[in-house]
Amino acid sequence: MKAFAYERPATVQDAARLAAERPDARFIAGGTNLLDLMKLQIETPATLIDVNRLPLAEVTDTGDGGLRIGALVRNSDLAAHPRVRKDYAVLGKALLAGASGQLRNKATTAGNLLQRTRCYYFYDTTKPCNKREPGSGCAAIGGFNRIMAVLGASEACIATNPSDMNVALRALDATVETVDPQGAKRSIPIAAFHRLPGDTPQIETNLKPGELITAVTLPKPVEGVHLYRKVRDRASYAFATVSVAAIIAKGEGDQPKMAKLAFGGLAHKPWRVEAAEAALVETGSTDAAADRVLEGARGQGSNDFKIPLTRRTLRATVAEALRA
Amino acid sequence: MDMNQPIGATPLDGKSDGLVGRPIDRIDGRLKVTGRAPYAYETRDLKNPAYGFLVEAGIARGRIRSLDVSAAKRAPGVLLVMTHENVPEQGEKKEQVTPQLQGAEIRFHGQPIAFVVAQSFEQARAAAALVKAEYDVEKPETSLKAARPTAVEPKPAQTPPDSRLGDFDGAFAGAPVKLDVEYTTPVQIHAQMEPHATIASWETGPDGDRVTLFTANQMLNRGQTSLASVLKLKPENVRLVSHYIGGGFGSKLQPQPEAILSALASKSLKRPVKVALTRQQEFHVATHRSDTIQRIRLGADETGRLTAIAHESWSATAPGDVFYETSAVVTRSLYAAQNRLTRHRLANLNVPIASAMRAPGEAVGQLAFECAMDELAEQLKIDPIELRILNEPEQDPEKKVPYSTRQLVACMREGAQRFGWDKRGAPGATRDGQWLVGMGMAAASRLNPLMPSQAGVRLNPDGTLTVRMAMTDIGTGTYTILAQIAGEMMGLPIERIRVEIGDTAYPKAAGSGGSFGAGSAGSALYVACDNLRQALLQSAGMNAEGAVFSEGRVISGNRSEALTDLAGAEGVEAKGEIKPGAMKERYSQHSFGAHFAEVGVDIDTGETRLRRMLGVFTGGRILNLKTARSQALGGMIFGIGAALMEAAETDTRTGHFVNHDLAEYHVPVHADVPAIDAVFLPELDDKANPLKSKGLGEVSICGAGAALANAVYNATGLRIRDYPLTLDKVLDGWNEREGATQRRT
Repeated sequence: MKAFAYERPATVQDAARLAAERPDARFIAGGTNLLDLMKLQIETPATLIDVNRLPLAEVTDTGDGGLRIGALVRNSDLAAHPRVRKDYAVLGKALLAGASGQLRNKATTAGNLLQRTRCYYFYDTTKPCNKREPGSGCAAIGGFNRIMAVLGASEACIATNPSDMNVALRALDATVETVDPQGAKRSIPIAAFHRLPGDTPQIETNLKPGELITAVTLPKPVEGVHLYRKVRDRASYAFATVSVAAIIAKGEGDQPKMAKLAFGGLAHKPWRVEAAEAALVETGSTDAAADRVLEGARGQGSNDFKIPLTRRTLRATVAEALRA
Repeated sequence: MDMNQPIGATPLDGKSDGLVGRPIDRIDGRLKVTGRAPYAYETRDLKNPAYGFLVEAGIARGRIRSLDVSAAKRAPGVLLVMTHENVPEQGEKKEQVTPQLQGAEIRFHGQPIAFVVAQSFEQARAAAALVKAEYDVEKPETSLKAARPTAVEPKPAQTPPDSRLGDFDGAFAGAPVKLDVEYTTPVQIHAQMEPHATIASWETGPDGDRVTLFTANQMLNRGQTSLASVLKLKPENVRLVSHYIGGGFGSKLQPQPEAILSALASKSLKRPVKVALTRQQEFHVATHRSDTIQRIRLGADETGRLTAIAHESWSATAPGDVFYETSAVVTRSLYAAQNRLTRHRLANLNVPIASAMRAPGEAVGQLAFECAMDELAEQLKIDPIELRILNEPEQDPEKKVPYSTRQLVACMREGAQRFGWDKRGAPGATRDGQWLVGMGMAAASRLNPLMPSQAGVRLNPDGTLTVRMAMTDIGTGTYTILAQIAGEMMGLPIERIRVEIGDTAYPKAAGSGGSFGAGSAGSALYVACDNLRQALLQSAGMNAEGAVFSEGRVISGNRSEALTDLAGAEGVEAKGEIKPGAMKERYSQHSFGAHFAEVGVDIDTGETRLRRMLGVFTGGRILNLKTARSQALGGMIFGIGAALMEAAETDTRTGHFVNHDLAEYHVPVHADVPAIDAVFLPELDDKANPLKSKGLGEVSICGAGAALANAVYNATGLRIRDYPLTLDKVLDGWNEREGATQRRT
């Protein structure tokens, strides 16, 4: 760990301004990911800006029936919130599928959005990694890559986003609220929040320098069965090999009349293909939907299994929703 | 005492209310849960330590072209940067304990290349990151599969690498029922909670140099000898202290590089130096269990009687090292057959150093062999238990001597009855919602060794008894069982026994490893207590015949004396020693058991989860039912990991274990461990040792994973021979089967 300065600004505005002034700064909230990365010198911020005492820990109803989740709401609290349980069950289920009780007690909503990849090579400073050290190469390509991406990857990076929460937020069409150093507020649709790696895998979101997440808002609830199916190598405390966040409203017979489907474990961002949802509603065929989801999917060797697994998991999840 | 004949009646026999065997809580439990049991790194006996941090090679093969330590040396708080260019002179490698920082050659990824010492841990870690190595890189050889054809016959370990009896080739060729299969097991990591850690203090005195190491080590006297060799000191000038150990599973059988480096740094700095490996460093700097390839050939007649058994195993270790995985050794004694062959081959690759991990040999050997037996049973349409009973040997089939005890059949029958084995369906026939459900079983067998061990006891004037020996407690409950043995032998309540272990200043002891710890150290204590009893009786002029030690008194004939009176003002001391003897050769000694597992395999995703598991074991006299059961459950949980998730994956380009942390090297978590239970059948083994006990630390891992793998077969009809049985392999199996069905139609 490198020595760093520690700041605890009093207001949201001060926090954003401070971050803009010091380009080597990082916000710290729960620290469940950042501190590990700092110990390994993967992250070496010159300044830590502690935002934990900012007034961003409230969950409130929005005027239009939606929900506004403060950036500092802890994952455990969010999963247990009555409105999340009642109206956004897919989010609660995704949160509880992630990490461990201790980590969820510390981890925050904004921190989870910004959780970094678990790529083995990103974590190993003796190996090249374009995300950690732009231009150094990608050791995961051609290496052992069981947990890597099969969709949206690039020649520069095949890492995945490890979050469960993000997958549910993608299915829920959440919006990320931010404030910038000048005090301007911005609403970023979750679809436009995370980026694909392209040739700049070190840039993971579309946040601007100094821009601070203040909240995540959810639109008014969508009727339907909410499921989060996480497929993993052990029963708990493991990242998803593949996960599906699904909100499905049953129509006539065995056919859904509405479906929202987002996938984890497949790409550098939570993966959602609206055309696949339309195909499912139109044809009732999960295979047709899976074809759309997996368009362009390419395995890297040790993660080839994710492609058929996605298809099978989608099939099982839709069937479960229709049984419910 | 040399164990040359069966022990006969002992004071531990026939007492139904004695201390030995009772499931009492650990006497050190309160200290541990309140944080007052200092582990090596937490010891405060050595004042003002500096902090070390180890730097690993980032390549697997080549030479250091340059090692730039200038920035590290200038970093805040740095006291010393030790490299191959300034390391103090070292002596000879002994066993696997190897001089460190010897030259520029790199043989494996993670080989220590520098040791940075600073005023604080944080300063040492930060400075270590500033050490810059440039290498001339050579292409490493890292694949066991590729090296298999050129693997060599290793030097004998405890037993010869090969064995042969009868005419295997002829018998196998002529057998009406045959099986010829290959299994593979991956690199496994000990993943013990407490990392390797040492605080070393080197002192120069008039009698020469001495070094004291507070270190996490399972076998202190062995470590003392090997460190003395590497550090060029007399063994008596090397003191190892290890009062509490947070698990070892074999990785702490011998001192690891951090112990040597901290001792050398302390020598240079004239100040104690402390170091702990990081979790990531544990994977490469400390040892691991090698991956194996195992070929098993079985020939049987139509009734299922085995006529030919062959078990061959290939494993790997670092260049220059000799440790090989003795996968096939257990096969020499497990089942009857006239014609037999076992063979081990070793490849020296650019991989980290392989060594013993819980039940070295048996653990992975039975992962393979017990599945092969299941395959043969399936082929013969015989129940797997019946197949094993059919091939139950009358005596050890290779050593040609009787077993000291062998209750394998009883374990299997008891387990089958308790588990509901009769409800096992045909492969792929049982469904519970989304789960395909299956049951599997496997036999367990582990060698029962006895090691030389000594103990000292002292009856104190206040009526307490002090036990001393250089034994260790690696979390198994040694403190407690020693107190139980001493208490029962001397007729004292457990509160009056003081167990002092974990220090080479005490009498030499076996240490903890190879399932020999409790039996060996406990027997030495038994002998010491027996000697103390004789000494007390003699000094009191009491008749030894029929004497009883009970409730703090000794009663003989019509006399009864309080031990406090007999202790006198000085107390009374006695020593005891146990050594293996003729019983070792005249009897084949093993602990046995049977595992039963029920798994569910998700019909969509191929995820396999254990539903319930039972182990039935025999291990002679059980010394403490609670700690014994805990150990058995721990071994079974190792089996769950081996079967379903544990694998350190080698990047064959670079020779490093890619998933080198506990986030991605998966061991079972609570949710993976549902209702599991372990029971022990009554047994006394009077050939094993004076306690009539046998080893329990390892039999419970042997075969455990195979029971799960066999259950996966029963659930799905898929025979996966490449451990662990992760969901991708299940999906591949289904895919292949669907392909085959389509090709047929």
